[in-house]
Amino acid sequence: MTMRNKANVVIIGGGISGMAIAYNLAKKGMKDIVVVEKEYYTAGATGRCGAGIRQQWATKMNCLLAKKSVAFFEKAQEELAYDGDIEFKQEGYLIVATTKEEDEQFDKNVKLQNELGIPTQKLDKEAARKIVPYLNMDIVTSATFCPTDGHLNPFTTTDAFYKAAEKLGVTFYKFTTVTDIVVEHDEVKAVVTDKGTIETPVVVNAAGGYAKDIGKMAGVDIPVYSQNREILVTEPIERMQGPMVISFSKNIYCQQTPHGAFIMGRGDNRPPGYAMDSTWEFLDEMAKTVTELLPPIGELRVIRQWGGLYNMSPDHQPIISDAKETKGFYMACGFSGHGFMLAPMTGLLLSEMILGEEPSMPLEDLKLDRFEGKDITNMEKSVV
Amino acid sequence: MDPKNVIICRCSDVTLQDLYELFDQGYETFEELKRIKRVGMGPCQANTCGKMVQWEIAKYFNKPLEEVKFQNMRPFTLGVKLKSIKEAADDDEE
Ligand SMILES: Cc1cc2nc3c(=O)[nH]c(=O)nc-3n(C[C@H](O)[C@H](O)[C@H](O)COP(=O)(O)OP(=O)(O)OC[C@H]3O[C@@H](n4cnc5c(N)ncnc54)[C@H](O)[C@@H]3O)c2cc1C
Ligand code: FES
Repeated sequence: MTMRNKANVVIIGGGISGMAIAYNLAKKGMKDIVVVEKEYYTAGATGRCGAGIRQQWATKMNCLLAKKSVAFFEKAQEELAYDGDIEFKQEGYLIVATTKEEDEQFDKNVKLQNELGIPTQKLDKEAARKIVPYLNMDIVTSATFCPTDGHLNPFTTTDAFYKAAEKLGVTFYKFTTVTDIVVEHDEVKAVVTDKGTIETPVVVNAAGGYAKDIGKMAGVDIPVYSQNREILVTEPIERMQGPMVISFSKNIYCQQTPHGAFIMGRGDNRPPGYAMDSTWEFLDEMAKTVTELLPPIGELRVIRQWGGLYNMSPDHQPIISDAKETKGFYMACGFSGHGFMLAPMTGLLLSEMILGEEPSMPLEDLKLDRFEGKDITNMEKSVV
Repeated sequence: MDPKNVIICRCSDVTLQDLYELFDQGYETFEELKRIKRVGMGPCQANTCGKMVQWEIAKYFNKPLEEVKFQNMRPFTLGVKLKSIKEAADDDEE
């Protein structure tokens, strides 16, 4: 297959973000869109993630992005006319508090979420136990629950965006690596890959854990770093847990997929880098935490363990932005561990930005220049 | 035999016909098949179906078998209970 040598936009990265951006641009009528992926689609964080969808955040921006994305996911199967199943399950997230500080922070979070129209409830111990009966009530003090949070299948959801974009005429090159970006007079001119060069006035950096390197190719300094996060999956068993259970203080999230397997992870603070190894330390800590918080889950056998990259931004909120220093360069990165659930809004907002349309929501808190010479006051705390 | 009736991955209930359809959609590596249809992701972790999947990829795309990559191997945690891992970890700390 010979590669085309011209495009209106080249999107780097075939994860959920790249696919959602391609779909939104194509839907708005843009032609000659190219997506370049160095491996297969979902090879990055997208195919390694928990794919949990939650609206219970501590910052207004994350709450709004998540809420609007959930509204999309609720009709995604039809809108994307997908022949498979994206497996959207909305059985809620139960976030448990184990300390007094957490309990107080949760009051604030629920207030904010309710003001924004997110139907979160604060629960006492008894009410939390009704939702997940085997929670260890010796350590849980209270909880919050949002019934419209949930879970998706990350592979089929990405596949759904991919196929819808392909139907709208988007060109895809997988197993193709971007090696450079040609910039002249501070304007993007072309994208160089190991299979050929594509002339283009617009480049979108949706390279996940490698976003910083792609930025460098275009002379744009993006203040993000990558960090390994580990996760494991158990054998499938009969359905026993509806919601995702998380605890920030205990450092755990744990969810049963519709397929029956339990998926769980935690966020140990690893040195920045690109390693995605699986460690015994993770396995030990994970086993300890889950048997403490959800004792019966300890009876399950582990069948696989893996790692993936979180792309961390200074305030743990995404960077969805253009770049002042390089015309035609756009980015969607720094998702800090929750970029899967935000993809519908990532796609919408970036397509509006590229086409010069009125944005669907205020963008100041998403732009790259929010970090310039300012202290971070708006840090998202609800991250595992 | 009708490819619909040939089970390739019994853990994840995937037939030869399913594989052919995925090949036609452009999914041509083990890693892709695994993600879209859970081929090789069952309790046996491809011990049963792995070789067959490799063989079918090779045949369909006319590639030598040696060029078809097997799925990435993960560390051997297969089949150990979380509780037992915890107990072993607790023992180590004592
Ligand atoms: C263990 C774990 C659990 C998570 N759990 C959740 C969760 O429950 N909910 C949630 O919303 N999010 C979760 N996340 C975060 C989520 O996975 C990411 O934020 C999201 O998938 C980012 O998608 P992306 O498309 O931006 O990046 P990626 O999926 O990383 O895609 C980037 C792609 O770019 C490609 N690429 C990189 N460099 C180049 C190059 N030079 N040329 C061509 N292609 C290139 C990569 O191969 C990759 O496929 C989790 C992440 C991890 C690691
Ligand atoms: S037969 Fe395919 S994973 Fe077991």
